[in-house]
Amino acid sequence: MPDSQLIAARHVSTRVDHPAVRWMLIVLAVLVVGVLIIVPVINVFAQAFSAGWTTYWTSLLADADTRHSILLTLIVAPISVAANVVFGVAAAWAIARFRFPGRTLLTTLIDLPFAISPVVAGLLIVLIFGLQGYLGPWLREHDIKVIFALPGLILATTFVTLPFVARELIPVMEAIGPEEEVAAVSLGANAWQTFWHVTLPNIKWGLLYGVVLCNARAMGEFGAVYVVSGRIDGLTCTMPLRVEKLFQQLRHDDMAGSFALASILTLLALVTLAAKVSLERKTRGELAEAAATKIVGAEPLVAETVGTSA
Amino acid sequence: MWIKGVLGLGFAAALVGAGWVATRSGAAGDPSAVELLNVSYDPTRELWQEVNARFAEAYSADHGVRVAIRQSHGGSSSQARSVIDGLPADVVTLALPSDTDAIRKAGLIDEGWEEQFPHGSLPYFSTIVFVVRKGNPKGVKDWTDLVQGDIAVITPSAKTSGNGKLSFLAAWGSVVLRGGSTEDAEKFVKELYRRVPVLDSGARGATTTFAQKGIGDVHLTWENEAQLEVRESKGELELVYPPISIRAEPKVAVVNANLKRRGTQDVAKAYLSFVYTAEIQEIVARHFYRPIDAEVLARHADTFPAIELFGIERVAASWDDANRRFFSSDGVFDRIYEPSDK
Repeated sequence: MPDSQLIAARHVSTRVDHPAVRWMLIVLAVLVVGVLIIVPVINVFAQAFSAGWTTYWTSLLADADTRHSILLTLIVAPISVAANVVFGVAAAWAIARFRFPGRTLLTTLIDLPFAISPVVAGLLIVLIFGLQGYLGPWLREHDIKVIFALPGLILATTFVTLPFVARELIPVMEAIGPEEEVAAVSLGANAWQTFWHVTLPNIKWGLLYGVVLCNARAMGEFGAVYVVSGRIDGLTCTMPLRVEKLFQQLRHDDMAGSFALASILTLLALVTLAAKVSLERKTRGELAEAAATKIVGAEPLVAETVGTSA
Repeated sequence: MWIKGVLGLGFAAALVGAGWVATRSGAAGDPSAVELLNVSYDPTRELWQEVNARFAEAYSADHGVRVAIRQSHGGSSSQARSVIDGLPADVVTLALPSDTDAIRKAGLIDEGWEEQFPHGSLPYFSTIVFVVRKGNPKGVKDWTDLVQGDIAVITPSAKTSGNGKLSFLAAWGSVVLRGGSTEDAEKFVKELYRRVPVLDSGARGATTTFAQKGIGDVHLTWENEAQLEVRESKGELELVYPPISIRAEPKVAVVNANLKRRGTQDVAKAYLSFVYTAEIQEIVARHFYRPIDAEVLARHADTFPAIELFGIERVAASWDDANRRFFSSDGVFDRIYEPSDK
């Protein structure tokens, strides 16, 4: 592709002309990343361990409410992720494989939780299920607890993490195309067999990538959960809420507990990051493989991108 | 394919979790125990933890019934909002009577709640005091000192924080109750808030700004928080009592609608009455809230210097009136406060 090489060469030459600009940009980027990301992350761990290892562990494990918050997060997050896997796969399949009225609307609606502030999302749930809301009085009459109880936490978390799996799968499924599934059906496979033996193995890395991101967000969710939780110690306080609550106390021990718990959440984020990077490579491989097998589809795709960038 | 194994495992875990949830929400723990929910504001967590343990002990000794008391803490107004939205509180112990009254207006608390428990349903009270840096370098002793020289004052927003509202009203009262006119008071608070470099939205944020970030010369805050702040500072901060300040009244109430539904009337009322006993009043004093029991208060006279405390009724007709006059969108606070560009 001589065209793109030419473009690249031109880019390089303009940059070589202004090394000062280049260095300034590099320094700026490093500075921003350092101040906004690296320093705070290190600070969380520094604060958590400021009183030593023993304080760290006791503040994590000695307090029953803190222990419960960890357990609660480990319950809420997997349920939300499972719900989103079911929804995400179904939605991605519908959007990638079929053309139907309202398809664009559905694609937009999936993104809605990204656009809405989590606090507003929480308030929406309260407005529906709260005592002053539409369903609240009926739920109370039948003694069904939704908000200020576990179902509300799961609902809120599922809502804010809704886009992650579907968003990740739609491009993967579109790139893979329906050919293999069509072949399976023509060979007599039923819908379930097609999904289980053909579709799922094809999208596995993309799906896992979505799950990892979804899980990280689910465990870290604060705003929406704060609103629907009622903040009851040892009952509806998830890890992020507990971090905030301990931070609100003036006592030094509580501060240490707050940072210790925060360090666990941060550690989780770092693990997620590592998983994300390795999965990203595999997903790219999945896409490349799909492109390679689709010889007919591959050519115009490349031609198109070159055409638009030139 | 391993992906199926992972998926299967994941769903199994989620199912087990969901099942656990279902059994939990059905049985609600120990069936022989009565469960109470106390919805309160942020700084009272440790106080109520201690009180709850004592009450559970005393009640089971007297009645043979186990009581488990749960606590919920947050900003006072948002806690009230949650109760209105259905948070099943048996008792509310909020920072401002206006927050409790908002729950009454929603029909969940009976009329006349302020007469249901002794001393106007007030088991302890507090006030707004000054926290200054070591040695009081700016020589702050009274409200008028706050607007001298280049002093910077830290207080949270009077629009969003109960702490901020009380600080504002204390400053206002310090003028009008010592012979100043309303115009003088407005001039004074305008000058005061001109000296607030960072107007945090909540009490804790203001404390962090002052104690940890080291911004400002004077921090206006609740007496109990000031005591903790000074204690945690290891000698870097000092407490100063102005000669006059507002009487903060964190009144308590039972949420009648929830009690009726849950059948917890007796134990909830016993719980709040218990706070007035001499034993609990001692605990209250140890957490730096002023006990309502005069005898206990006298025993702790050196912790709680006798300064002139005025009630909300001296500066406004009621809390509703104060909220309207001072903190609504066309109220005094919005008129006098301009964010500084410092």
